[in-house]
Amino acid sequence: MPQNFALSCPLPLTQHKAVVMGHGSGGRLTAQLINDLFMPAFDNTILNRLDDQAVLDVGSARIAFTTDSFVVTPLFFPGGNIGELAVNGTVNDLAMSGARPLWLSCAFIMEEGFAIDELSQVVSSMAAAAKAAGVSIVTGDTKVVNRRSADKLFITTTGIGLVPDGVAISASNAKPGDVVILSGTIGDHGMAVLSKREGLEFEGEILSDTQPLHTLVAAMLGENAGAIHTLRDPTRGGLGASLCEIAGTANIGVEIDARSIPVRSEVKGACELLGIDPIFVANEGKLVAFVEAGSADRILEALKATPQGRDAVIIGHATENHPGMVVMKTEIGGTRIVDLPFSEQLPRIC
Amino acid sequence: MQGFLGPGHVCAIMGWREYEPLAAAYHVPIVITGFEPVDLLEGILLTIRQLEQGRAEVENQYARCVSIEGNLTARKMVEQVFEVADRSWRGIGVIPMSGYKLTEAYSDYDAERIFEVANIRTREPEICISGQVLKGLKKPNQCPGFGNQCTPQTPLGATMVSAEGACAAYYNYGRHMVTIEATT
Repeated sequence: MPQNFALSCPLPLTQHKAVVMGHGSGGRLTAQLINDLFMPAFDNTILNRLDDQAVLDVGSARIAFTTDSFVVTPLFFPGGNIGELAVNGTVNDLAMSGARPLWLSCAFIMEEGFAIDELSQVVSSMAAAAKAAGVSIVTGDTKVVNRRSADKLFITTTGIGLVPDGVAISASNAKPGDVVILSGTIGDHGMAVLSKREGLEFEGEILSDTQPLHTLVAAMLGENAGAIHTLRDPTRGGLGASLCEIAGTANIGVEIDARSIPVRSEVKGACELLGIDPIFVANEGKLVAFVEAGSADRILEALKATPQGRDAVIIGHATENHPGMVVMKTEIGGTRIVDLPFSEQLPRIC
Repeated sequence: MQGFLGPGHVCAIMGWREYEPLAAAYHVPIVITGFEPVDLLEGILLTIRQLEQGRAEVENQYARCVSIEGNLTARKMVEQVFEVADRSWRGIGVIPMSGYKLTEAYSDYDAERIFEVANIRTREPEICISGQVLKGLKKPNQCPGFGNQCTPQTPLGATMVSAEGACAAYYNYGRHMVTIEATT
């Protein structure tokens, strides 16, 4: 690191002495923190798989186990609130292993002064989301911290589900030749939250796509359990980060076609105006799947027959070429590398 | 320097009247351009057409956002809050009356007054050629530090720090070109 200059524009330093927002963005800095700090400290074969959940052998059953924290601001956004996000997000992390989600825990950290009315709305939404997803919240915790020690409400969950026999879904199982399927439009959740947070008004309202995906996964598994190699729900960091992570973990190349990726016109418009790349924007109701080529059409049809998967589409394939790298054919026919962004995307300046 | 693609969002605010005397005096086409790939292609096409036809005008490719007068409400706000001042430009030096600073009425918001930064001098390391890259004299990969000491994670100058900088773009999108060509 060069030592011979004083202050300059914000530097994405790699030797951070303090946590920065980028560490939570789902991009390169997050990956660095995980790889350099958490993994060496906690080191075990299950963690090292770096899937969205841990699949544990308990007697003859396989249990999927996951945890997640929800710190979204604002708490209420077009299409949902932090409560629904917490239930659906946890359900989805379990569903990405093919598991049937069963039980959630839920811990609330509340700031002194947070309105009970708002808390009540959040809790009602959670109850409704849990019922819709067929899960129960079976244990929890409640903490209050002084004013200004938390931003209104943080929710932390854990989730437990059961993985059926014959299902082995993990990022490391993706193989060259696999077809990449995306279940629907991207960018909705991230842009809905951004527009509410920044007070931006676009002509078409952008709604979060938060929804549980386990019935979608069950439909895909149907007759095709063995053909599904990898599932990922592209939350923070977006589709791009998920594809990069899978390519890296499985050491395969991925090639996708930008023209096949569905983006709602209002999301596209908002992204264009702000200079934000929809491929890195968070989603909360979508999945990306790596499936055996021979079963791809069947799995796609199964997806499209469900309400959550009606916009499902094949977006590319995995390859032996350029292992670890995601390459995209652009809308104007060029080629670009999709690389993990360093931290948060910033709206363009000029 | 044969032509310019003008800044789309600056012009969305300011309009493009200021560019007309420049296009005339230096006989260079200036095409106000948007940001999507198709915008850039069209901006380049319009510039090339002007060059081939011997014209030197200000043209507006980004018509869906930019009008000749710009955004009058926004411009009034800018005039109210800022006043024109000398500014130092990377790779060029100080250009008189080329930047904005907060007016006296808004001095309470002026970071340069509130924080003790008046005596801080910044300078890029010797090896950094940001200035020449910004003036179009050198390409990023002609810099001795490019890709070695200077990367987006360990940048030495503004053109690598900024996601919009030429050096960052070359690094992020250009360094794999050899790999792709070799495997197809």
